[in-house]
Amino acid sequence: MVKHLLQEILRRPLGMLCLSVLGLLYACTIFSQFLAPYLPTDQDLEKAYHPPTRIVLKDWRPHVQIYEQVDPAAARYEPVHGETAAISFFAPGREYRLWGLIPAETRLFQVEEPHRIYLLGSDGTGRDVFSRLLYGAQVSLSIGFIGICITMTLGFLLGGVAGYFGGRVDFLAMRLVEFIIAVPSLYLLIALRGALAEHFEPEQMYLVIVIILSLIGWAGAARIIRGMALSLRERPFILASEVMGQSSIKVLFRHFLPNLASYLLVAATLSIPAYILAEAALSFLGLGIQEPGTSWGLMLQQAQELKVFTLNLWWLLTPGAAIFITVITFNVLGDVLRDIVDPRQQMIKR
Amino acid sequence: MVAVDRRIQPAGEEKKQDKRHSGGLAAAHGSSLLEVKNLKVYFPVYSGLLRRVRGHIRAVDDVSFSVLAGTTVGLVGESGSGKTTIGRALVKLIKPTSGSIRYRGVDTANLSKRAFFPYRKKIQMIFQDPFHSLNPRMSVGQILGEPLGIHFPHLSPSSRVERSAVLLEQVGLKPEYLRRYPHEFSGGQRQRIGIARALAVEPEFIICDEPVSALDVSVQAAIINLLQDLQEQLGLTYLFIAHDLAVVEHMSDHVLVMTQGRIVEQASAEDIYSSPQHPYTQKLLEAVPRL
Repeated sequence: MVKHLLQEILRRPLGMLCLSVLGLLYACTIFSQFLAPYLPTDQDLEKAYHPPTRIVLKDWRPHVQIYEQVDPAAARYEPVHGETAAISFFAPGREYRLWGLIPAETRLFQVEEPHRIYLLGSDGTGRDVFSRLLYGAQVSLSIGFIGICITMTLGFLLGGVAGYFGGRVDFLAMRLVEFIIAVPSLYLLIALRGALAEHFEPEQMYLVIVIILSLIGWAGAARIIRGMALSLRERPFILASEVMGQSSIKVLFRHFLPNLASYLLVAATLSIPAYILAEAALSFLGLGIQEPGTSWGLMLQQAQELKVFTLNLWWLLTPGAAIFITVITFNVLGDVLRDIVDPRQQMIKR
Repeated sequence: MVAVDRRIQPAGEEKKQDKRHSGGLAAAHGSSLLEVKNLKVYFPVYSGLLRRVRGHIRAVDDVSFSVLAGTTVGLVGESGSGKTTIGRALVKLIKPTSGSIRYRGVDTANLSKRAFFPYRKKIQMIFQDPFHSLNPRMSVGQILGEPLGIHFPHLSPSSRVERSAVLLEQVGLKPEYLRRYPHEFSGGQRQRIGIARALAVEPEFIICDEPVSALDVSVQAAIINLLQDLQEQLGLTYLFIAHDLAVVEHMSDHVLVMTQGRIVEQASAEDIYSSPQHPYTQKLLEAVPRL
């Protein structure tokens, strides 16, 4: 089924586009340590609010233009005419552990110290926005996936069990779902954050956010899955399975799961953006990822200063653009997927 | 309608004596495989704010009959008459309100799920709608492997495949269909797969719940012949549920006529056809198209 779906997506231009954009984003995220020239915490206080550096060709090799600060108060930089620094590729930079395991120091590109390359400018403490975007993507892009895995599992188990067994189990599960849906989610987010925060270190905030988001998110999925399970359990093939004495757990996993899989996939794709946005919202409010970690929401929060707007420091808003692109791609991909698995279209094809 | 060769009815003598006992017990002696006594299935009707039970729908209302080993008992009636409910109550898909269901003398109606498990191997069911009775996400091999995995857990994967191939041949399909999916088959072929799945556990008794109602007339005949051949080969016992009296008459040794949850007439197939007693049976017979 997965293979069939992939073929169908690739046959559609929009699906192809979305899949390649997401593929690129996730590839960048996986190799962010190699692609980013600096650590997200590397400061250079003399280069605060540095604009994106210009890349020039000199002797057929790319160089970065060197700038000098003309007005520290207004963060104005002027290019120094004729002065450049060569970009070296696959050069040793700051040490890191690839995926937290393999020690390495090679990075895609570097410039000689004390000069710096700022593809997307620097922030208030001279940290490279491009590097921070890449490292932040590790949090912002993975949180949706991990969150959705947990919620879909919870939603399937609770919704499936409620729909299949019915009766009292169904009643209890659905009242719980209604309770969670009835509480405004932003308040629930903040309340849960408040309740959980004292049990975790600031470094574990990622975990806390995943738990919070999953605890909120499963309710909607469970309700829909319960409805689908209600209609599925009357299907003769489920009855046949019961007549032959199949255990309830196996009926759930062998008959319900494959028949709900396409829905689960579409729902997951369509709700990943919600997780990315929720993480951004929490971090933006200062309740999510905290320094020295980084995420797109946290970067946006740090760009809240008036200076950013008065001095037109547009590069500090690039995390917003990254969130926008990711969210819209996931939504369009979800739409494409829904078109593919729509049962009515399938009927016509058969 | 063409009368066909009919298998000899065991205990036919006894049956003649009490054959018109509507709601009574027919030939409940010796070799009877299944005996249903005073079976009632009521569904509660809730209404009002407090969801109180305001009454019952009497889907099956005080029904008694018995099925002799190796014979076919036809159960005929209009839709909503409760015939499918009886079939489902026999395999515990629905809990009976009261009454007893004796299978080989053991009352299965009140057995626990675990205690009933061995009977699931002996009693199987064929469903009406061949388009929904097979899981669309499973290949034929997986569909046939499922009952084998439940009731023959010690079978190795390769012998399971072998057994599935034999089953397919038994119902007139090619063994290479094992890898295909249900949507690649026609209605008649799917019904054959459904029959193969029911046969997989080597049952004694099969409840055929309108097995041909959703099929074309030409395909109906093929499926009915298949069911009759299998009965002869394997010595199966059928409870054949249908709304079409002509099909039931052709298939069955003994016919039960049901309406509104009650059995109004039971007799041998010939008698039902030649001299119907109950007005409802007469009405049903009038509805059979004649050539």
